[in-house]
Amino acid sequence: MHILPLIEAKSELTDGGLPPEPIVLSTRIRLARNISPFSFPGWASEEVREEVLDKCIQTLSALGTLSSAVALRMDALSALEKQVLVERHLVSRELTESTGGSGVIITPDQHLSIMVNEEDHLRLQAVRSGFNFKTAWSDINTLDTVIEGELDYAFSSDLGYLTACPTNLGTGMRASAMLHLPGLVIQEHMEKVIRMVNQLGMAVRGLFGEGSEATGSIFQISNQQTLGETEESIIKRLVNILEAIVEQEQNARQMVLETKAAKLLDKMGRALGILQNGHLLSSEEAMNLLSLMRLAVDLGLLDEPYRAHIDRLFIETQPGHIQFTARGEIEPGQRDEQRARRMREEFRRVDGLRISGGGAGA
Amino acid sequence: MAKPEQCGNCKKPATIHLTQIVNNQVHKVDLCEDCPFKKGVTDPEGFSLGEFLLKPGVLPIGAGEAVTCPGCGFAPIDFKKHGRFGCPQCYETFKGMLKPMLANMHKDVIHRGKVPDRALTRVSIRRKLEELEEGLQAAIEEEAYEEAARLRDEIRILRSSLADAPKA
Ligand SMILES: [Zn+2]
Ligand SMILES: [Zn+2]
Repeated sequence: MHILPLIEAKSELTDGGLPPEPIVLSTRIRLARNISPFSFPGWASEEVREEVLDKCIQTLSALGTLSSAVALRMDALSALEKQVLVERHLVSRELTESTGGSGVIITPDQHLSIMVNEEDHLRLQAVRSGFNFKTAWSDINTLDTVIEGELDYAFSSDLGYLTACPTNLGTGMRASAMLHLPGLVIQEHMEKVIRMVNQLGMAVRGLFGEGSEATGSIFQISNQQTLGETEESIIKRLVNILEAIVEQEQNARQMVLETKAAKLLDKMGRALGILQNGHLLSSEEAMNLLSLMRLAVDLGLLDEPYRAHIDRLFIETQPGHIQFTARGEIEPGQRDEQRARRMREEFRRVDGLRISGGGAGA
Repeated sequence: MAKPEQCGNCKKPATIHLTQIVNNQVHKVDLCEDCPFKKGVTDPEGFSLGEFLLKPGVLPIGAGEAVTCPGCGFAPIDFKKHGRFGCPQCYETFKGMLKPMLANMHKDVIHRGKVPDRALTRVSIRRKLEELEEGLQAAIEEEAYEEAARLRDEIRILRSSLADAPKA
């Protein structure tokens, strides 16, 4: 098992969450970079891809920042290991489907990772828990500058960093945040929010699932345009929009508490009941229940330490992780059993939602 | 390098200039940004560069014939399969067609972000070294020994700057 140390390590997203952040789960920035004069991975021959992979792994592993990172060749990983890395957002599905000559380099805490020979030669990624663009940008910018000292990036003064797809030209940067928006989902405002955000040039995706019906009410919001602005100004525009969404989510939660508190408490109470007593849980159902539990922490109905717990479970309840902890591929039915068992253990000690005087204090 | 200024289709000013070689003959095609592409580029969602380049009248592509990238052999028809470019040099090769598309896709068509100074310095030093080495070769052949000695010094200085320069 090549990736076991990664799964067992304390990682940024499973153990990083300080200070507690109610709405923004995580911050992520990735940079697309290519190495001159090689053809882009999708057009390069197998030999060129191998050459680029060797060159990158050799050069990058020698860098101080990455000295303790693991370098993995995709063709050496099992299907299950690949799935786990996808579920952790350390590699893309596209990378796992690519033919030979691709790989990934990951730091032990997984806050930095580099895909080699995905759509571009290099995809550098920095992840931080919470709402943390300043740190994420400084991390990725520093890493990028160090790499630039060693590898000849394909760059044009007019078009910036040259990428396989013209939609990534210029900065090659995709900045995104993961938002937990149960209030806006309950109030059925998500479609409106998505439309507004799209008009401002940002993209919205459900994290686990598509469109406005995202499982677990988790959405990823990112910039679409990469050319014509500085990295800082793209990030600033994104942060402004995110702050507006966070405010709308807070208002929506307030409205829910004022107008349908009993309905919400009933939902959260039932969710806890299922997590404590269920015996079959699909990953989609588990996500939705966990989402309600996270909201319960935000509203002061569950103790604060459960937040980090729940964030960890969001990741570990996915099908690949469930099988990986079970040490092997298992049938979907058995996975649901395994998942329910895990949830019973995790929520066993919860005494119930802390409700005083029939209402919920935010 | 003078290019006809009118669109071959509608006589508006042409901004897109394509060159194509068919049966050893060079054909030039000039188009405005509006008429041939309009539909393909204004819808960024359903956008496919391949499809739009392959629309009848956009590119004079006969079966398997097109402008190809000298860097990687990529031809516009390959977008149909890939939706992506072949190599960094493609951006130079297919420059003319890119502009109107990028204007629709991005905030602006000029890069204003980070510049990889160290990588660029290294590349320009290496290019300069190649020139000097060619010069040195020529000087030796012409028995211009003073010139050769001067070039050798210059090369040595540049080489050492390349060695100290950008290491992380
Ligand atoms: Zn025209
Ligand atoms: Zn090319």
